[in-house]
Amino acid sequence: MGAYILKRLLALIPILIGLTIIVFLMIALIPGGTAVAILGPLASAESVAKLNAELGLDQPLPQQYLHWLGNLLHGDLGRSYSLKRPVVDEIFERFSATAILAGTSLVLCSIFGLLAGIVSAVRQFGWTDRIVTFVVLIGISTPSFWLGLLLIMLFAVAWPIFPPSGMYLAYGGGGILDLLNHLVLPAVTLAVVATGVIARLTRTAMLEVLRQDYIRTARAKGLTEGRVIYRHAFKSALVTVIPLIGVQAGLVIGGAVYIETVFQWPGIGRMLVGAISTRDILLVQGGVLLLAVTYVLINLIADIIQTLLDPRLKS
Amino acid sequence: MRFPLRNALAGLAFVALAGGAVTAPALAQTPPNVLIVGQIAEPKSLDPSVDTAVNDFRILMNLYDGLVRYKDGTLEPEPALAESWDISDDGLTYTFHLRQGVTFHDGTPFNAEAVKFTFDRMLDDKHPFHDTGPFPLAFFFSAIDSTNVIDDSTVEFKLKEPYAPFLSNLAYPAGLIVSPTAVKEHGADFGRNPSGTGPFKFENWDSNTSVVITRNEDYWDGAPPLEAVVYRPITDANTRVAEMLSGGIDLMVEVPPDNLQQFRDNADYQVYEQAGPHLWFLILNAKEGPFADKKVRQAVNYAIDKKTLVENVLQGTAEVAAGPTPPAFAWAYNEALEPYPYDPEKAKALLKEAGAEGAELTFYVTEGGSGMLDPVAMGTAIQADLAKVGLKVKIETYEWNTFLGEVNPGLEGKADMAEMAWMTNDPDTLPFLALRTDAFPDKGGFNSGYYSNPKVDELLEKARTSTDQAERAKLYKEMQTIVREDAPWAFIANWKQNAVSTAAVEGFSLQPSFFLILRDVAKP
Repeated sequence: MGAYILKRLLALIPILIGLTIIVFLMIALIPGGTAVAILGPLASAESVAKLNAELGLDQPLPQQYLHWLGNLLHGDLGRSYSLKRPVVDEIFERFSATAILAGTSLVLCSIFGLLAGIVSAVRQFGWTDRIVTFVVLIGISTPSFWLGLLLIMLFAVAWPIFPPSGMYLAYGGGGILDLLNHLVLPAVTLAVVATGVIARLTRTAMLEVLRQDYIRTARAKGLTEGRVIYRHAFKSALVTVIPLIGVQAGLVIGGAVYIETVFQWPGIGRMLVGAISTRDILLVQGGVLLLAVTYVLINLIADIIQTLLDPRLKS
Repeated sequence: MRFPLRNALAGLAFVALAGGAVTAPALAQTPPNVLIVGQIAEPKSLDPSVDTAVNDFRILMNLYDGLVRYKDGTLEPEPALAESWDISDDGLTYTFHLRQGVTFHDGTPFNAEAVKFTFDRMLDDKHPFHDTGPFPLAFFFSAIDSTNVIDDSTVEFKLKEPYAPFLSNLAYPAGLIVSPTAVKEHGADFGRNPSGTGPFKFENWDSNTSVVITRNEDYWDGAPPLEAVVYRPITDANTRVAEMLSGGIDLMVEVPPDNLQQFRDNADYQVYEQAGPHLWFLILNAKEGPFADKKVRQAVNYAIDKKTLVENVLQGTAEVAAGPTPPAFAWAYNEALEPYPYDPEKAKALLKEAGAEGAELTFYVTEGGSGMLDPVAMGTAIQADLAKVGLKVKIETYEWNTFLGEVNPGLEGKADMAEMAWMTNDPDTLPFLALRTDAFPDKGGFNSGYYSNPKVDELLEKARTSTDQAERAKLYKEMQTIVREDAPWAFIANWKQNAVSTAAVEGFSLQPSFFLILRDVAKP
């Protein structure tokens, strides 16, 4: 097991290098330079050139990239041009907010997705199945930023039950209740699409398993239906579904970029949107790197859980 | 078989209960004596020497003071940290007599040394803290030759040449005085650990969440009524409006025009409007093509229905502009100037005279940008107006930074006209940087349409070196008459800044400077 994890972690390195090169090139291709973004439209060509030299942005791209990579190996992600503070400080502060939001969403979509999928499969072609499938389809096809605005208008403005935005009350806020209160709308919005996807996949996986001979055998042995579904069918289906939940984690983290903007959640997605518009290349690199590592690690954990559930995969 | 379903329902019930349990705090309104402001973006820094964005200025003006400040409701300087000043007859020496007994929030005494430190840091390459920049607006003070400490409470600026906008520039955020101790301590991180002399002290900055400032009990001009101000960056305009409607914020700026009426009709809110020193115009390429002929440039001014643009496209958030100087510069504004009337027949006649009927024009339009309002919709409406007088306009649209990269180096060989907007603090700035012969792009200026009139050059040079405001006013007014007639630009609109507050907010008004001044605001 240990060797397997180590192998997977080593495989991460080329992925991250490739990813950071792509991000680096894409930022370089966007018209409008960092120096212009800092100095504003009234800057003279001379001061733009001077600042570019100071920031090392007049160097050839490969050299800039290698410089960044060299610093990274020393644990130095550089200083954000636009925020005027170390990138490391900013991304970890922001990341904790994203982790709370995305983590909650992931838990929500796993619980409700699995439940809906199981219910649907067990009641295949019944009314429950039809209703669940219909609701799930609507969930999957709803653009999340639109749903977010709709929920704000309904549950924050028309019926002021939840606050429309932010993570804590702006003044005198704090504590777990304040956080939960702010978390409900964005976490639900972010979970909706992934819930639908997980529900559909679980339904398919469950139907597949329920047709197997050993399920018939289990029923023939006289086991209760609940036991058949949980012990025999669900555990088997979970082996297929768990890695797909890992993939959904990517969707949830990606979706956080929209949701954080709509709900003004102070997470890394919103930070990235700002960093791209100010061409703050070091901040973008740091943020993308952290998100990529998170994504790969979540998938690694999903794979490990799958291996534990299904010993056949270990060999 | 029923078990899973029951379980799901139980789960839902749990969530509903949990939701009910945590709903209570949401109904809490903002506390008294604390003003929560919805900002349009996260500030970049709270170092006034470094900042360029109006969004950041809205915080800075409450943390710091300058030697002078704009008098309430005007763009005229009045004493602040300087109690009085003398200007030498040649306009080259400004001597300021400083207020005594003022301290920065970190306890450092305010004195002539602090003033010298602030300006030397921006202007002197060899200053030990010059590397804590860059200082994009240092050019506001490029006329300064040296800043000299005469004694603890007297400071003197020697200028390289007479420069009339100097006082007005000192009232701008770039002229705010910083605590030398705090800069020395924090270096480049000063922007996150600001210290000034203003009515509010910096308390806390939580990235993407809030900046909190609290009352300075020892403020030289009297402690402000508010205990604290919280600035929340809410980048999405819809969310900002939702926060206002649900009571999460007390004051918001830059309200989308669509929502303004909704607040106007509701007695729980107050709507504020204030025209500012802003001009939205079209640069016309006077060097080549049809616009080399003054008649064609005038024809465009007649052909555009500015009233409809302002009322329909901008939904009343701007007023029709008459000339190159916004009316907010009250003392320098030529009241006699009338906007070009909407007169398509006259436009057609002028085009015929010039032989430019049916001319084809390339029009640069931007997708957004500082002060550009609704540039795509405006560009399209202008295209339609010009089509009515037979001009065939081809629009090319660019993202803002790219747009500036195309327009600022000049329109020659590329385009006939381009959208542009400026917001300035002195009547000198815009015409001096964008209408003089010496401001052609190849000379480092912003005259991207190559307008050149020796008389205008002369008037602007003279107005800049005169220290007599009445004489300056006369020169600017004459300049406006000539420029309106020459029509190097199509003059379109002056933007009105807006804000909305809850009914509980007292003593607030918007300033023509577009700054947000909160020292006299109360919210009992």
